[in-house]
Amino acid sequence: MVKSRSFSFSKVMLVLGLLFLYLPMFVLIVYSFNASRLVSVWAGFSTQWYGELFRDEQILSAVWMSLRIAFYSASMAVCLGTLCAFVITRFKKMRGRTLLSSMITAPLVMPEVITGLSLLLLFVQMAQTIGWPVDRGMATIWIAHTTFCSAYVAVVVSARLQEVDRSIEEAAMDLGCTPLKTFFVITLPVITPALVSGWLLAFTLSLDDLVIASFVSGPGATTLPMVVFSSVRMGVSPKINALATLIIVAVSLIAFIAWYLMRRAERKRLQTPDA
Amino acid sequence: MRRKLLPAPLTERVRAVLFNRRVVFGIPFLWLLLFFLLPFALVLKISLTSAVMAIPPYEPVFRWVDNTLSVVVNIGNYLFLLSDSLYIAAYWGSVKTAFLATVVCLLIGYPMAYAMAQAPKHWQLVLLLMVMLPSWTSFLIRVYAWMGILGNQGLLNSFLIWLGLIDQPLKMLNTNFAVVLGIVYAYLPFMILPIYTNLVKLDVRLLEAASDLGCRSLTTFWAITLPLSKAGILAGSMLVFIPAVGEFVIPELLGGPDTLMIGKVLWEEFFNNRDWPVASALAIVMLLLLLVPIVLFHRFQAREMEKHG
Repeated sequence: MVKSRSFSFSKVMLVLGLLFLYLPMFVLIVYSFNASRLVSVWAGFSTQWYGELFRDEQILSAVWMSLRIAFYSASMAVCLGTLCAFVITRFKKMRGRTLLSSMITAPLVMPEVITGLSLLLLFVQMAQTIGWPVDRGMATIWIAHTTFCSAYVAVVVSARLQEVDRSIEEAAMDLGCTPLKTFFVITLPVITPALVSGWLLAFTLSLDDLVIASFVSGPGATTLPMVVFSSVRMGVSPKINALATLIIVAVSLIAFIAWYLMRRAERKRLQTPDA
Repeated sequence: MRRKLLPAPLTERVRAVLFNRRVVFGIPFLWLLLFFLLPFALVLKISLTSAVMAIPPYEPVFRWVDNTLSVVVNIGNYLFLLSDSLYIAAYWGSVKTAFLATVVCLLIGYPMAYAMAQAPKHWQLVLLLMVMLPSWTSFLIRVYAWMGILGNQGLLNSFLIWLGLIDQPLKMLNTNFAVVLGIVYAYLPFMILPIYTNLVKLDVRLLEAASDLGCRSLTTFWAITLPLSKAGILAGSMLVFIPAVGEFVIPELLGGPDTLMIGKVLWEEFFNNRDWPVASALAIVMLLLLLVPIVLFHRFQAREMEKHG
């Protein structure tokens, strides 16, 4: 094995890079407990901004709106993304498959302003032609989020589908299982972890999106990023620091639980090598 | 289970397969056709109209009057983009900023991914989660964090003044420097991840062979590791470069009046000027600019998704 020196350049860069990634978030957390409104002045420990955050009706209703949209979008994206992943990894000779795979990878990199603008134009055209959607709001944001989140789900799920042992699926089919039943009895249990992580990824992506939602939303639906953005445009606000802290803590907690479950699964797998 | 032990009649099975396949393929295909591809056709269509004060604020392309179909195509928006130096400057500014940020991301991200791939197995998962974690928190809030750090009364300036290195606050917020920094910060995980996945699959026997044959580690790196991680570098660079060109939030929050980026210009044309046709033309030109990078990325991603494990 190639010996790596204990203090190699890359290790130093890794530590510095992680510091670079985490220091700004750490600063936000510290300053969310600052009694002063100013960023540069530390005026003692206080939780007043959290109190103000929880009294802010506009933020609370935006949180509820965002959570609902994220839940519905993630659920639909898991269904669509899994179907796409299935077509791409399994139906090698299907006609139209190349078009499908280009349409599912493009949203991964497509600039958000383009996606947002194009979907808005679609909804406007649809309202003209078929009379739906009358008002843009939750439903249009749901469609927009589902579409771009499906791409991420398809990547996560197809990575797992490649590892599934095809011979078990084939055996089930040979024994008379219909493809649908084979999917539910054999394939689904194996790819469930990927579905869960795909769902979580889609959930965070939807929760976080500002640009696409701004384009396709109407006056009735204001999501959390829109509220944060309009407040942040005016400058630094300690209430947003408090909100940021809560988001960072929640995400870290979920990541920690995920890591713990993954490690336990790994240990179990190592203990029973023939399972 | 038991009553299905005998294979079902052949025709039924064939039909079941066909039916299932068609549905499995059809649902996502129609969804994406309607909500991904068709919208681009509409952007193209509306970029060829002229703006009017109406709802929706553009002229129809196809008109049916007195049994004649008239098609009105207006390429004025594209000529307008070419004639106004602001738009060309914005495209150039976006590409320049995105390119610079991509190079910086690569220079920071590659060594990080390399160190992660070299780390002991039980550390790799933790490091991977640590790199991914920031991208799961809010993008908007991570960009916002830099507003508090870079501002004239921000943390960094206060710190530098306290150290005695400067006595006047440096103008860092609302500059192009802040925009590049913001893009690097926000997109770094997307550079690291594909490079790491690529490096971790690297055949260590090649490296051992090189070192057995007396290759120095730096030479081994240049001759073997770097060329073999080309796919990861390409994918990471595209994941940073393409969205960065159209970035709106970062130039809006961290950039200044002299920051010209096309995502911001498009946003302003659409929301402030309500000129949908010009905004659409801007989007079409941006897509054309990004066509080659998008195709490169697609080819990599399609290969990743199709190969057998």
